[in-house]
Amino acid sequence: MDEKHLEDHFNEKIDQDVRIEPKDWMPDHYRKTLIRQISQHAHSEIVGMLPEANWISRAPTLRRKAAALAKVQDEAGHGLYLYSACETLGVDRDTLLDQLHTGKAKYSSIFNYPTLTWADMGAIGWLVDGAAIMNQVPLCRASYGPYARAMIRVCKEESFHQRQGFEIMLTLCKGSDEQQKMAQDALNRWWWPALMMFGPTDADSPHTEQSMRWGIKRFTNDELRQKFVDVSKPQADLLGIKIPDPDLKWNEARGHYDFGEINWDEFYNVIKGNGPCNKQRIDARTKAWEEGAWVREAASAYAEKKTKQQAA
Amino acid sequence: MNNWPLWEIFVRSKAGLNHKHVGSLHASDAEMAIQNARDVYTRRNEGVSIWVVESKHITASDPDDSDPLYEPAKDKVYRHPTFYDLPDEVKHM
Amino acid sequence: MNQNLFNYTLQQADNCLILGQRLGEWCGHGPVLEQDIAMTNIALDLIGQARMLYQYAAEIQDEKRSEDDLAYLRDAWDFKNVLLVEQPNGDFAKTILRQFLFDSFNCPFYEKLKESSDERLAAIAAKSHKETLYHLKWSGDWVLRLGDGTEESHNRIQNALNELWPYSEEITTPSEADIDANKNGFGVNLNDIKSERETKIREVLNEATLTIPDSAYNHTGGKEGKHTEYLGYILADLQFLQRAYPGNEW
Repeated sequence: MDEKHLEDHFNEKIDQDVRIEPKDWMPDHYRKTLIRQISQHAHSEIVGMLPEANWISRAPTLRRKAAALAKVQDEAGHGLYLYSACETLGVDRDTLLDQLHTGKAKYSSIFNYPTLTWADMGAIGWLVDGAAIMNQVPLCRASYGPYARAMIRVCKEESFHQRQGFEIMLTLCKGSDEQQKMAQDALNRWWWPALMMFGPTDADSPHTEQSMRWGIKRFTNDELRQKFVDVSKPQADLLGIKIPDPDLKWNEARGHYDFGEINWDEFYNVIKGNGPCNKQRIDARTKAWEEGAWVREAASAYAEKKTKQQAA
Repeated sequence: MNNWPLWEIFVRSKAGLNHKHVGSLHASDAEMAIQNARDVYTRRNEGVSIWVVESKHITASDPDDSDPLYEPAKDKVYRHPTFYDLPDEVKHM
Repeated sequence: MNQNLFNYTLQQADNCLILGQRLGEWCGHGPVLEQDIAMTNIALDLIGQARMLYQYAAEIQDEKRSEDDLAYLRDAWDFKNVLLVEQPNGDFAKTILRQFLFDSFNCPFYEKLKESSDERLAAIAAKSHKETLYHLKWSGDWVLRLGDGTEESHNRIQNALNELWPYSEEITTPSEADIDANKNGFGVNLNDIKSERETKIREVLNEATLTIPDSAYNHTGGKEGKHTEYLGYILADLQFLQRAYPGNEW
């Protein structure tokens, strides 16, 4: 079949919501976009382990410690599912990790912010995981089979993350004055970065149209951001803490909350590498990978020896 | 760089069911692949048995051959029970 | 309150908590994603074991105390864990060897503790024993891979062995609590598992082409609350929030 014919067939499948599978023909641009999108997501999961892993040793109760460990471990699992999905597109994990370590690949910029108090564990679970879920649930229907299947696993596991985060916030908000202050302070610091997680405005997001056409993006950035604001405001009210946005108010005509302008300078600065923790995060990942090299080599060498012994 | 091979993981979720493909992971040998699969894919009681197979050992059918492979079965309606007309009096057959 | 049962339960709880805490430090920093997940799983099992034991110890104490009071509000001299588990993670080889030395105790210990005359301890042991079978398999396999892997991995784990060997035997050296617990039927006779453990250790180290150090000296004191300097830092980290904001709910 010629290229034109193959492409028509591909588009037909997309239109009929038939999943694309690894060995199916796909346009090169589709493959590249998917690799970029899935690997960015995978990188976000494993870089995202770091700010929370910070607090595992300091979790205030054993129950919280177990939940924190399980949660950060899930993120490792999610990274792994997504790297695996990416490998079906013909690029191996080592290559992807190399792109992360050398700064060629991006990851969600929210993880370049520091976790300063225990309340940040609550705010991350509630807001960051909340925003992530909003982004991810539609991707369970992504057009690429392995990606969609990975996202189904991710979303299934992710639901406990947001709940545990909200529970932490709730406990703090019902607690002492200091704890309430801690919760408010965390909301103040995480709110705007959480809104930025949905990416640039639709007007500044040139790839959205193509990605939606391909079924690897199901809603626009602004649609998802609005949805997030709409569900978060009543939750903040329930907690009794205040979202740090003087322009946030209900718009009866739109049936949505209006909200203030995002500081896009900050957004692009953090993406460019100037966030508070960009360097620490990449350094930590690179260090783990480089210091693990001898471990991986040892296991390979051992496996090879054993195979030879069995053959002999 | 010493690459650990990629393994495909199949999990039986409970006794009586088939093993089902759940994803893949890296491991240096089969033993480790099973241990890793246990830690990665059955953290929430998803399985009672695990199969691992190195990805390179899987031979997959070619999507380009899907017409000759699967189309011919489509018109063999006589393989399905609904093809046969029985009087209403015959129940449970 | 039964002070001996309390001390005995606490001793094992502290071992599990401190090693779980140490392993948790790896989370996000493992040599490969799959092993990061594996180490966290073991940390979670150990924290789980610690919780069951602390809950029981708190009930024995009978003063409306909770698992968290025991974990978060005691100082170093009250902790009864062995010195082995508070040793720093070091490189992956050191973590693996520390884990193997502990698992080679923990697994047969729970197996015997299943026969405890104390029903609660027996039940906790039954659940935990299954977990430790896997831990021992995991750490034992890694000792083999590193010992018999490359020259570098061999040297690293041999160094770890030289460093940790003097901390190996404390765990099977009976404390007052151990002796009393065994006498009263609710505890394990450590002599029963000592030789089994040593055989297992020698078998694995031997297959891993590692050399057991000549030194016969053993550090002790952990079970009596005399610890290394490391424990203070572990507790400073672990207990920070409970100490900084006393009496709060979390």
